[in-house]
Amino acid sequence: MSGHDITASSTTLFRQQPKVSKVHFSSGQFVRWLLLFLGGIAMIMPIIYMLSTSFKFPFEVYNLNLIPEEPTLENYTYVLEDGRFYGWLITSLIIATVTTISNVFFDSLVGYALCKFRFPGRLIVFIAILSTLMIPTEMLVLPWYLMSKNFGWLDTHWGIMFPGLMTAFGTFLMKQFFETVPDDFLEAARIDGLNELQIWWTVAMPLVKPALAALAIFVFLGNWTAFIWPLIVTNSQEMYTLPVGLSTFSVEAQVEWELIMTGAAISTIPTLIVFLVFQRYIIRGVVMAGLKG
Amino acid sequence: MANVILDNLVKHYGKTPVLHGIDLEVSDGEFVVLVGPSGCGKSTTLRMIAGLEDITSGQVSIGDRVVNNLEPKDRNIAMVFQNYAIYPHMTVRKNIGFGLRTSKKSKAEKLQRINEVAAMLDMTELLDRKPGQLSGGQRQRVAIGRAMVRDPDVFLFDEPLSNLDAQLRTQMRLEIKKLHQRVGRTIIFVTHDQVEAMTMADRIVIMKDGHIQQIGSPFEVFHKPANQFVARFIGAPPMNMLEGRYQQGKLHLQDDIVLDLGGRVFSAAAASKLAEHPQVVIGMRPDDLRVTSEPGHFKGEVALIEPLGSETLVYANVGAKELIAKAPGRVPPTAGDQVSLAIESELIHLFDTRDGVLIE
Repeated sequence: MSGHDITASSTTLFRQQPKVSKVHFSSGQFVRWLLLFLGGIAMIMPIIYMLSTSFKFPFEVYNLNLIPEEPTLENYTYVLEDGRFYGWLITSLIIATVTTISNVFFDSLVGYALCKFRFPGRLIVFIAILSTLMIPTEMLVLPWYLMSKNFGWLDTHWGIMFPGLMTAFGTFLMKQFFETVPDDFLEAARIDGLNELQIWWTVAMPLVKPALAALAIFVFLGNWTAFIWPLIVTNSQEMYTLPVGLSTFSVEAQVEWELIMTGAAISTIPTLIVFLVFQRYIIRGVVMAGLKG
Repeated sequence: MANVILDNLVKHYGKTPVLHGIDLEVSDGEFVVLVGPSGCGKSTTLRMIAGLEDITSGQVSIGDRVVNNLEPKDRNIAMVFQNYAIYPHMTVRKNIGFGLRTSKKSKAEKLQRINEVAAMLDMTELLDRKPGQLSGGQRQRVAIGRAMVRDPDVFLFDEPLSNLDAQLRTQMRLEIKKLHQRVGRTIIFVTHDQVEAMTMADRIVIMKDGHIQQIGSPFEVFHKPANQFVARFIGAPPMNMLEGRYQQGKLHLQDDIVLDLGGRVFSAAAASKLAEHPQVVIGMRPDDLRVTSEPGHFKGEVALIEPLGSETLVYANVGAKELIAKAPGRVPPTAGDQVSLAIESELIHLFDTRDGVLIE
């Protein structure tokens, strides 16, 4: 930034200062803030109830009070002492981690190829991939199941994770993000002697980190909370993922909400960690820094 | 030897032809500028030399090798892009050293080379910064450094100065020229700015619509433009053009203006052309058209002046036409003044009205 720019921006700041000290909301702003506040409440209430219920005794579960009359850690002790819980947790971690890595790798590889290479049938391949987004999971479950059965993948980690190793959404997301990477970057690397795989990995991938972070969060959360397919493909309790395992707390006679909520509360911890690790990358603008300014 | 030879180079995008048989020979160590308006094919030509575009037909040779089928990395060239194309996630050191990644040199040798280039470009202090912390001029220098580090046979520049402000552009122009003098490598430089072309080039290649219009030194293309397009493209402000008719040593223009060529002797070829087809376009550089207090060739009224400091551009209405002349900066005429304009007959360019080609 030139000295001139600094002077200009300083002047602007100086002029705006009196306005900043006088807080004034227009009616439009008020409505926007109100809607955001209500939206926030709607989002946070289930989480608060989940935490609240996890500290309640069974008799108090159906009271809608937020603060338990007799708070207890018994539910946590019960869940953590139940050996099955760790198995479910580890299975969920394996599934979510492997599918996340796989998606980040393959979706970006395919997205990059579709975006940056000109080859016959490129558009058809892209449309074919996109069209799979329109098929509901319920329709795919049966063929997936038959496939798993024929290949002997039922009740295995591979069986749980194979349908999600690559996604059309991820491919689409990455393709769109690679559009923002100027071809000059890739051509400069090509002239400097890198092969196409090296260009993808060394030049293009670091430039789309925000998209990779977003994709990683989506995929991890999606697989962490997946229920229907893991329920169908697994038979033994040892292979259950966390959501499937937690569902066993609801049996015919009764639903043990306090245990389900406790398990759910514990299971949010890895997702929070994933979000905290990746959210700092979700800051756009890094791509533009190397371009004309 | 790293001369570059383009032999009947043709490029089609689908069915659309963009280059129609480009022939050019760039000598080893020469600084050649390809210049022309947008869409003339200059960048496409450069990208074909680099290997970034397929060649529809024709041949590109670098040194004594035909490189048509060689990958860009195997052509021993380096390219500086309009958008700099320096990687924002890497430091200046890594950016400059990027071209050495595939080199077989030792790490120490690579570091030494990076330091040499950084010192040459006065960037040693900036080696640990990232591009986001650099100014436009510094980023451009990093891009040049990355090109230099491999010590290529040929440097290709694709409008590298077009994103810089006027002052920085002038500075970088000088730096690139000094760099050329120091490293002595072949440089092919693309620009749409005729000032850049004139100030930097050993030879200028002027292109239009996929054809080369003229190849020559800055002096040649300015003083002996091959055709009307070159005459108007090179030089700012552009050459004044008037239609007229040549008859017995005189040019008869509109509004009964007669320009006496004062016994100017034409070459045999020019004389024969004028005899065959006396309709001509008369070209006069604003630099050659003097504003005078004495009776001149044209009389007109000043419509507008543009003071440039050392001189003033005078836009004068002469009949239905507007002529641009340069007057000394200190006592320029003002709008509304009646002025006389004069030109040496030797400085008048005559073009054929049929094809726009220079007669003499």
